[in-house]
Amino acid sequence: MTIETAPKQSWWNRIAHPSQFVAWSRPLLWPLTILTAVLFLFGLWFAFFNSPEDYQMGDTVRIMYIHVPTAWLSQFVYAIMTVSALGSLVWRHPMADVSMKSAAPLGATFTALALFTGSLWGRPTWGTFWEWDGRMTSTLVLLFIYLGIVALWRAFDDQLRAARVIAVFTLVGAINIPIIKFSVDWWSTLHQPASVFRPDGPRMPGSILTPLFIMFFAFTFLFLTLHLKAMHTEVKRRRVMALERQAAQAGASA
Amino acid sequence: MIDLGPHAVFIVWSYVGVALAVAALVAYTLIDARRTARKLEALEARGIRRRSQRQAG
Repeated sequence: MTIETAPKQSWWNRIAHPSQFVAWSRPLLWPLTILTAVLFLFGLWFAFFNSPEDYQMGDTVRIMYIHVPTAWLSQFVYAIMTVSALGSLVWRHPMADVSMKSAAPLGATFTALALFTGSLWGRPTWGTFWEWDGRMTSTLVLLFIYLGIVALWRAFDDQLRAARVIAVFTLVGAINIPIIKFSVDWWSTLHQPASVFRPDGPRMPGSILTPLFIMFFAFTFLFLTLHLKAMHTEVKRRRVMALERQAAQAGASA
Repeated sequence: MIDLGPHAVFIVWSYVGVALAVAALVAYTLIDARRTARKLEALEARGIRRRSQRQAG
């Protein structure tokens, strides 16, 4: 059967079948990489050369252009993992396992960066690198959840079995996401409440919102690019494991 | 370079930290991809193929 004579795959199969997924998504990698690089160039230029200092925080407002996107990704990546966990448990979707596993180290890194940039912003703004308040503590818990998930993936030889266990763990851990989001409303914290995505609109001037949004998209596309590449690698890794198992079985029966 | 004011050290270190971490993440992703691709190539070079590939071939 050649590619011309093969029956047409439904869109679901094209997403679910690992080889099909890699085949149609591989051409997206270079455009995504270029788009990410261009967004970062524009974003950094705006952040340092074409945006004013804040009337209260001064130049430290420039830390916001990397802190807010990494903090957004710390939660967005977990949301992707939660949807993938559902896909894994409910539909036994093979690419859902792959997506879940590939996203975890990326989410852990972005969460660590959100904490790092937040503490460097906090020192000149609040006078402290760290405070055990609702937003910071719940984000630290998120980092531990990510690290736990990365460790769990490495603890299992059988990746299908691992996916079931980790999907349940991921869904339980998802309770932390609304806690992070609403921590600034529920508890008295040093961290400011939402100031961009608000029902009455952003509480920032356009000159500060522009670099923020460009960097927001730059980091989001960085994640999408790395996630896609890591998913391709994970598909290959599973093929390697299957072939090694097959070779070992052939060796044992010979 | 623009004047970053009295808290320049915090601004510079936050950007340097993020740049280093992103560079490490990109490097890890690419190295992992290359290492895995080489492993797969080595297995296939030994004639080990998936059953579906052997049937098709």
